[in-house]
Amino acid sequence: MTTLQAIDWVRAGQAALGTRAPQWLAEHRRDALAAFEAAGFPTTRQEAWRFTNMSPVAATVFALAAPEADDAEAFVQAHELRDSAATAVVLNGCFDETLSSYGALPLGVVVQALAASFDEHDSSARDLATAFDPAGHPFATLNAAFLEDGVHVHVPEGAVLTAPIHVLVVTLPGDGPVMAHPRLVIEAGAQSQATVVVSFVGGGDVPYLCNAVTQVAVGEGAVLELVVDQRESDQAFHVHRLHATCAPAAILHSRSVSLGGQIVRNDLEAVLDGEGAHATLDGVYVADGTQLIDNHTSIDHAVAHCTSHELYKGILAGQARAVFNGRILVREDAQKTDAKQTNRALLLSDDAQVNSNPQLEIFADDVKCTHGAAVGQLDEEALFYLQARGLTPAAARDLLLHAFAGEVLGEITVTELRGVLEESLFSRLARHLA
Amino acid sequence: MLEIKGLTAKVEDKDILHGIDLTVKAGEVHAIMGPNGSGKSTLARVLAGHPGYEVTGGQVLYQGADLLELAADERARQGVFMAFQYPVEIPGVNNAYFLKAALNAKRKEQGLDELDAIDFMTLVKQEAKRLHMDESMLQRAVNEGFSGGEKKRNEIFHMAVLQPTLAILDETDSGLDIDALRVVSEGVNALRSPDRAFIVVTHYQRLLDYIVPDRVHVLSEGKIVRSGPRDLALELEAKGYGWLEAAPAGARQ
Repeated sequence: MTTLQAIDWVRAGQAALGTRAPQWLAEHRRDALAAFEAAGFPTTRQEAWRFTNMSPVAATVFALAAPEADDAEAFVQAHELRDSAATAVVLNGCFDETLSSYGALPLGVVVQALAASFDEHDSSARDLATAFDPAGHPFATLNAAFLEDGVHVHVPEGAVLTAPIHVLVVTLPGDGPVMAHPRLVIEAGAQSQATVVVSFVGGGDVPYLCNAVTQVAVGEGAVLELVVDQRESDQAFHVHRLHATCAPAAILHSRSVSLGGQIVRNDLEAVLDGEGAHATLDGVYVADGTQLIDNHTSIDHAVAHCTSHELYKGILAGQARAVFNGRILVREDAQKTDAKQTNRALLLSDDAQVNSNPQLEIFADDVKCTHGAAVGQLDEEALFYLQARGLTPAAARDLLLHAFAGEVLGEITVTELRGVLEESLFSRLARHLA
Repeated sequence: MLEIKGLTAKVEDKDILHGIDLTVKAGEVHAIMGPNGSGKSTLARVLAGHPGYEVTGGQVLYQGADLLELAADERARQGVFMAFQYPVEIPGVNNAYFLKAALNAKRKEQGLDELDAIDFMTLVKQEAKRLHMDESMLQRAVNEGFSGGEKKRNEIFHMAVLQPTLAILDETDSGLDIDALRVVSEGVNALRSPDRAFIVVTHYQRLLDYIVPDRVHVLSEGKIVRSGPRDLALELEAKGYGWLEAAPAGARQ
């Protein structure tokens, strides 16, 4: 069975981790590895993976990536943002001090190697990492089994950042397939305001597995905009579980853009466990060729008076496939919840396919929850209207696609990144629509 | 400017136009009237190049060239404009941005320089003012959330900015109150010129009190059954369309 072979390369990767880890970390990894070995890689027989066949991952022998690559510097330069307060680079799973840069970081803001935070005497990052429960998520469990490094961002109480913090996760395989398991911990202190951009990029001609976990804690009254910019290589397997908790009156704006990878699985979970908290979960993705992009989102309304607003939009061309699963859990005590979910997809070819599944679990009685899903083609009448005013068919189509994606992209406050993403989105589409 | 000869067309296997003959000279305004289902809007959409309509016979010459050979966008860039009966709402597409793209596409085709943002905004603000349009409509999404009257006014506004050679108004008067009708008509009249022609499709005579046509044609069952001077419209107003059914005069196939 492929699973047995997969366990072999997972164990080989474990041996490559070394033995330097402190005891708490060694134990944490050991427990996670045991849990992973017991469960194995997910199969399409499991409900959460029904439409997402991960067997190509299990069937590839991945070596643990070494934290170095020849072309890393040029790669970082090509992807860093000009006006960020700091650029924290994770190369092949490990924080890279040399490639990282700090511009105008206000006093007290921490952007550093996660491993460095782990070594500190009193470490909130360590507390969060050890408290992380990956149960039920095989890839997050695997990430825990390989927990070593990543980035720790801590915005102190009351700090207001005007420039974004850029976390640039780069995976560059050498001659053979490699895997990286970066962990990102982002803490926004009470009453703070910040924008954090997490970019996932990679290169090379061979497959790699970027299996990331991001833990986010938004403090009381804080406002955090979190942009996840996924532009992995065409060969990449990208798995990302993002888990966020929101304290009372906290506001999380999550904007997820997925453009790269051959198989992509995002699990985004927001827990609203303080009254008055709000979460915006927006996403846009483009899939072409034989790409598969799976977005599983989950919003947990744990307490009363919270709001969530979710909008996921996809554009599919070629034989691409996409999955959207939007779970909204409203617990018994979460009265006066206001949750809205919308999922829309545009199919630009007959062979593209989307599986959309809203999953509302409501246990409170005084709530407002709405959801809507629509899958369709570009509006023919709108196309004709634009052409009848003189736009070429291609210009008319691009204008409609811009408008479609713009509803999500337009909300990203980092202007430079928005431009880069628009360009990237359209150059992807141009390959299939020329 | 426009010569239609024996034009037949169908939509979804249903024959609608059964042989239209019509000649429109530069500077003229022609009104096409007729009861519901007579093929008025089909004629307008066929001339604009709607892909849902299939031309099954006949010929249309526009400025001496075969119009039917051209795709809708090519016709538009060569000066054919249709004001839609039901203007389409396009969420997320800024009205002014779209109009600038349309105008510059046309200017490019004519070998003119593209207008920059400042010149363009000066032009559109002037036209918007003339049509008593709220400037906020420029920055809203195309037709989204516009009232029926606002949509029709926006069509005339597009026409005023694009300065077409041949303008086809497809029931622009439907759903307009009398004030809006007056404003829209003034917009059209301001554009009348010796080198521009209009085809005004309407169900009601009322519009023709404001936009005075040179010729009136009555369409019934996909054919022009009567043509005459402006008085014909007044006659239709008095008699209605009932007489068409009573005496089709060989109009049916």
